[in-house]
Amino acid sequence: MSVAKLRVFRGDSQNGEEKEYEVPVDEGMVVLDALFYIQANYDGDLAVRWNCKAAKCGSCSTEINGKPRLACKTRMDSFAEGELITVYPIKAFPVIKDLVTDVSWNYEVSKKIPPFTPAENTDWIMYQEDVERGQEFRKCIECFMCQNVCHILRDHNRKDAFAGPRFMIKIAEREMHPLDTLDRREFAREEAGVGFCNITKCCTEVCPEDIHITDNGIIPLKERVVDKYYDPFSWLLRKIKGK
Amino acid sequence: MEKYETHTYDVIVIGAGGAGLRAAIESSARGASTGLICKSLLGKAHTVMAEGGVAAALANVDNKDSWETHFKDTMKGGKMLNNWQMALFHAKEAPERVRELEYWGALFDRTKDGTINQRAFGGHTWKRLAHVGDRTGLEMIRTLQEKGIHSGIDVHMECTITHLIKDGDSVTGAFGYWRESGKFVLFRANSIVLATGGVGKAYKYTSNSWEYTGDGHSMAYEAGAELVDMEFIQFHPTGMVWPPSVRGILVTEAVRGEGGILRNSNGERFMEKYDPERMELSTRDVVARSIYTEVEEGRGSPHGGAFLDVSHRGADYVKRKLPSMYHQFMEFADIDITKGPMEVFPTTHYVMGGVKVDAETCSSTVPGLFAAGEVAGGMHGANRLGGNSLSDLLVFGRRAGEGAADYANGKSHASVPTELLEKFTNELLEPFNNTTGENPYTIHQDLQDVMQRYIGVFRTEENISKGIEKIEALKHRAKTLKIEGSVMFNPGWHLCRDLKSMLIVSEALARCALARKESRGAHSRVDYPESDDEVLGKLNSVVALKNGEMDVGTRPIMQMPEEFLKLFMEDK
Repeated sequence: MSVAKLRVFRGDSQNGEEKEYEVPVDEGMVVLDALFYIQANYDGDLAVRWNCKAAKCGSCSTEINGKPRLACKTRMDSFAEGELITVYPIKAFPVIKDLVTDVSWNYEVSKKIPPFTPAENTDWIMYQEDVERGQEFRKCIECFMCQNVCHILRDHNRKDAFAGPRFMIKIAEREMHPLDTLDRREFAREEAGVGFCNITKCCTEVCPEDIHITDNGIIPLKERVVDKYYDPFSWLLRKIKGK
Repeated sequence: MEKYETHTYDVIVIGAGGAGLRAAIESSARGASTGLICKSLLGKAHTVMAEGGVAAALANVDNKDSWETHFKDTMKGGKMLNNWQMALFHAKEAPERVRELEYWGALFDRTKDGTINQRAFGGHTWKRLAHVGDRTGLEMIRTLQEKGIHSGIDVHMECTITHLIKDGDSVTGAFGYWRESGKFVLFRANSIVLATGGVGKAYKYTSNSWEYTGDGHSMAYEAGAELVDMEFIQFHPTGMVWPPSVRGILVTEAVRGEGGILRNSNGERFMEKYDPERMELSTRDVVARSIYTEVEEGRGSPHGGAFLDVSHRGADYVKRKLPSMYHQFMEFADIDITKGPMEVFPTTHYVMGGVKVDAETCSSTVPGLFAAGEVAGGMHGANRLGGNSLSDLLVFGRRAGEGAADYANGKSHASVPTELLEKFTNELLEPFNNTTGENPYTIHQDLQDVMQRYIGVFRTEENISKGIEKIEALKHRAKTLKIEGSVMFNPGWHLCRDLKSMLIVSEALARCALARKESRGAHSRVDYPESDDEVLGKLNSVVALKNGEMDVGTRPIMQMPEEFLKLFMEDK
């Protein structure tokens, strides 16, 4: 059994430093196992969020060697023998303690999105090919790693103006629901700031569920918004109706 | 200013998985001010891990299906120990509860006709499980979460409830701490719904998440409520075996539902021997025992499991119907399940036992205290059928929300004595103040080893008695715990309270297992291999706190009226 060296961020919003730990590595072990080892053997108060340890709940998002990863899904044997492993909290959200960040902003944004609104007297017949677009977005485990890597949120901290990739696909999913009746294009443009996204696809790359966030979600959403706001016919109609 | 942060509601719901969310939605819809409290972030509860589907006799795929058949399947699966009334309500109401999810935005997999598709599962006569690939739980929790946040419910995330408060006989509130800050908080409420899930973290190998520490079971017990059927814990036949880091992670029954075949190291399809009729889709208790026996008798896979193979269905089909399984094995075990078999072994999955409730309202034996979902007992009897848990959450979540809101209606809030809160606070902070004491992580690991070894798939009087002895020793050690750090997001400190709950439920499990001298459903006694239908088959085990001690007794099972008994006679 080999021994790995981890440097883990310990601290809060005010102060913090890296602390080094040595952890024995067992076959198939993941970084979250190493963090458990640290809790049980060195520092019982090391704070890390986790729930399922099976890559299904999206709680243990951290930055491992600078890359956003689910700690439960990052195998220790993916690092070279003797390679130093650093574990940091995700950067786009304020640190509470150690690896735990304040992600409450995401829940506020989520609440603002107009919910699914079917017509009355719907017969609820939907075909597989029609639900599949929405099903792709509904695979989202809300790990918020896409929010974390989005440069509008991470580097420019425009949480006031842009809802982030996670919520772009939530809007897209509602919009593409075969039986939904609402029009969320104005919301997508004005409230969620879909125009801020300049399609660098960092969100798609980091998604542990392999959701094509940009290609299947954000771009079609942008197109719908463009159709509404820049289509000459709709423009004329808006002028006439005075909206 | 009050010394403790205080929130006041008509109804509080503890736990925000499927049952808790559904209860809160109903309670709020009935006009009760409702607070929903959860240990994790919203949407991370254990429901998210449910894979295979939600059982409901929609009859979309097999048009012969009916509530009568679902009811019978559930009772037979539970070896007739179930609270028949719960099984009846469940079978009758599940279809509407599933359709309701669709009204709220869920996107289930479809049939060719555009209705909700249904798959086969163990113990279900017809194809009955509405599903979304192998991530049905995620779909359910997102749908309920979405409905919940637009229903006027206050959600309190990352808050652990540690104590229920009573005034006389009735519950009047709950006390706990914010996980982030460590500050204490009081919730005053006229009724409380427990929806805290199960107890699997008492075991070493489990499919359950860290939240499954039996908080609701233990708080109800301490508040004087009766627990029922605690000897029945379900070992899911197929958990991952290798590598060690992922041992116990669930391999959905949908693998077998989609045609997966179990083989031993000789290549024999061994279910032919144990249940030639239902084979791989026998009930979970039978399949778990079969795999266990094959391994015990030396016909196991290289890492001590059985082979489960679904590769004959073709790569495209497997990836479409079982995408999570495909990724899970690829990423954690370097195994491509479209090309070869998985290795599987039973893993602790679900506790059938729980708070004894009234089927109609989900009220416990303590006035004002309700329970729904896994923390409630009775619905599943001695063994739960796959898919019946997600439907249970919906049916009884709704009923509990209704029951709690109606109970709270018009009641005024009782005051809570400050001395009591100070007592709770001192008790919770003790591990910081102790100069010497045990590491809670060590005791937790020791408890997991004990439960795994002594209260497992097969049980004997000798083993269970040893287990109880060891649990008693752990209880003693756990009296003096010592931890480091501050109250701010301190997992070591959190574990101290969770450990107390796990020790209570472990003791209840062990003592009930010792008392039931027969084999029935998930409870297999090597020293009593037969079922005793005449005597023990007519009794439920009951656990309650009496004079500071755990009292284990029995109650006669609820008598099923003639009109429903007839359903079972027709088969003979």
